[in-house]
Amino acid sequence: MSNDLPAGVERRTYDGRERLATQGEPVYGEPTDSDGWRAWDAGRSKLGAMLELDMDTGLDGGETVLYLGAASGTTVSHVADFAGPTYAVEFAPRPVRDLVGVAEDRDNLFPLLKDARDPSSYAHVVEADVDCLVMDVATRGQATVAIRNKQFLADDGRLLMAVKARSEDVTAEPDDVFDDVVSDLEAEYEILETAQLDRFHADHLGIVAQPK
Amino acid sequence: MTDAWFAGVDPDDPAAGATGVREGSADAPADWPAEAVQSGFVADESEYYERLREATIEAASDEVAEREGADDVQLTHAVRAMDDAERTANELAERVVEWAGTLYEDVPRGLDGVRDIADRDPTTPAEERVVSYATRAVDLLDERDELRAFIEERAPSAAPNLAEMAGPVLAARLISLAGGLDKLAKVPSGTVQVLGAEDALFAHLSGRASSPKHGVIFTHEYVNGTRPEDRGSAARAFAGKLSIAARIDHYSGDYRPEVHAELTDRIETIRARAEEGDE
Ligand SMILES: C[S@@+](CC[C@H](N)C(=O)[O-])C[C@H]1O[C@@H](n2cnc3c(N)ncnc32)[C@H](O)[C@@H]1O
Repeated sequence: MSNDLPAGVERRTYDGRERLATQGEPVYGEPTDSDGWRAWDAGRSKLGAMLELDMDTGLDGGETVLYLGAASGTTVSHVADFAGPTYAVEFAPRPVRDLVGVAEDRDNLFPLLKDARDPSSYAHVVEADVDCLVMDVATRGQATVAIRNKQFLADDGRLLMAVKARSEDVTAEPDDVFDDVVSDLEAEYEILETAQLDRFHADHLGIVAQPK
Repeated sequence: MTDAWFAGVDPDDPAAGATGVREGSADAPADWPAEAVQSGFVADESEYYERLREATIEAASDEVAEREGADDVQLTHAVRAMDDAERTANELAERVVEWAGTLYEDVPRGLDGVRDIADRDPTTPAEERVVSYATRAVDLLDERDELRAFIEERAPSAAPNLAEMAGPVLAARLISLAGGLDKLAKVPSGTVQVLGAEDALFAHLSGRASSPKHGVIFTHEYVNGTRPEDRGSAARAFAGKLSIAARIDHYSGDYRPEVHAELTDRIETIRARAEEGDE
């Protein structure tokens, strides 16, 4: 069964190949076409990979999003192209410099130089009941970060998370790491779907979940 | 009272909004857009998001400007202070244990002994001095732990790739030995390999010893966990990727998973030699 793409995300042809695309100012040298659509490179974006792999993200377009681990804005720029208010948290100063540039070209993207392990440092800015929590933090304790940030998510909201096995434990088998993260998450979330993102990102697991 | 970033902020003063974003905090999120309209901060939601956008962009740019280039200086001082605290605590500990041994029966050795003495109730002036001295040593050990926690928190944002690859403390040490992240990004990887082995390198250059194969990176499991005959290769591979990590952190700050995966593969290959047996 195929899931519909969110409104504002389309498959378009670039150099003879069908790719995901959104409409907005280009950010990272991705191909664009004359209608203002730009390719969304799933090889550089875990959320892009989750959509390419037909995971049921529940995204329709226009939702309020909290994005953790925004880095220089590659993925969150596409999110802001199709979503509503988009809060982008990143704790490293250097990438935030680029993220600010991406936000300047968009009117619904709010960059926050904050630590995702400490939600109280941005709970005075990020609104309650966001529709979607996207997480790509590639740090140890990824499940803990998801649990601490559950307070922002609406009861029927979705967590879309990319788990990087090597961030948890470089020596362990990725499958064992994924099992641990999933079982930690299950304390607070109902897991709706998981899929290995290997076709685009080695040793990453995509997770779709809902607050319990 | 509300914890909102715009509490007490004049809507026409974007700088005040940015300060609210940077310095505020709240126990839990709330429907801030609705609160902003109700409190009269803005006329409607769309104006709210405009104000929010100005405030967050200004807050992020200001803070980036302040922290960029300064984080590595903080790490350098913190790791040096951590080492000072550890070295000094050990020195004090030696004295405490030796002295306490003349006053008490069975004093545990080393730092355990110091904690043990610090917890005692002195009954004579001499005991009072030695217990007080032990307390200073324990305070220093606690300070060392705090410094380590600070480094562990700061290194991943100051140098995400380096901290991921080396671990936060070794990352801070490399930055400190090189004299800054910018310097570390500019030296050849052969230098990274022997950073911290300056004495050995000097002995080598003056013809008194063979060239050192590794400096402080020896403390990492990738090097010390590899069997001795392959350690040189492991150190070279590790230093090469650390150099790349430092460059990415200095020039872009992006987290690049590929570099980490490449290093893990490389180390696995080197270690596989041990299993294949030597020919
Ligand atoms: C894999 S990268 C994100 C890439 C990005 N999502 C994209 O696709 O464009 C992970 C990011 O998470 C950030 N990060 C790690 N730990 C974090 C934390 N505790 N708080 C905020 N950001 C964090 C890192 O600095 C890094 O930029």
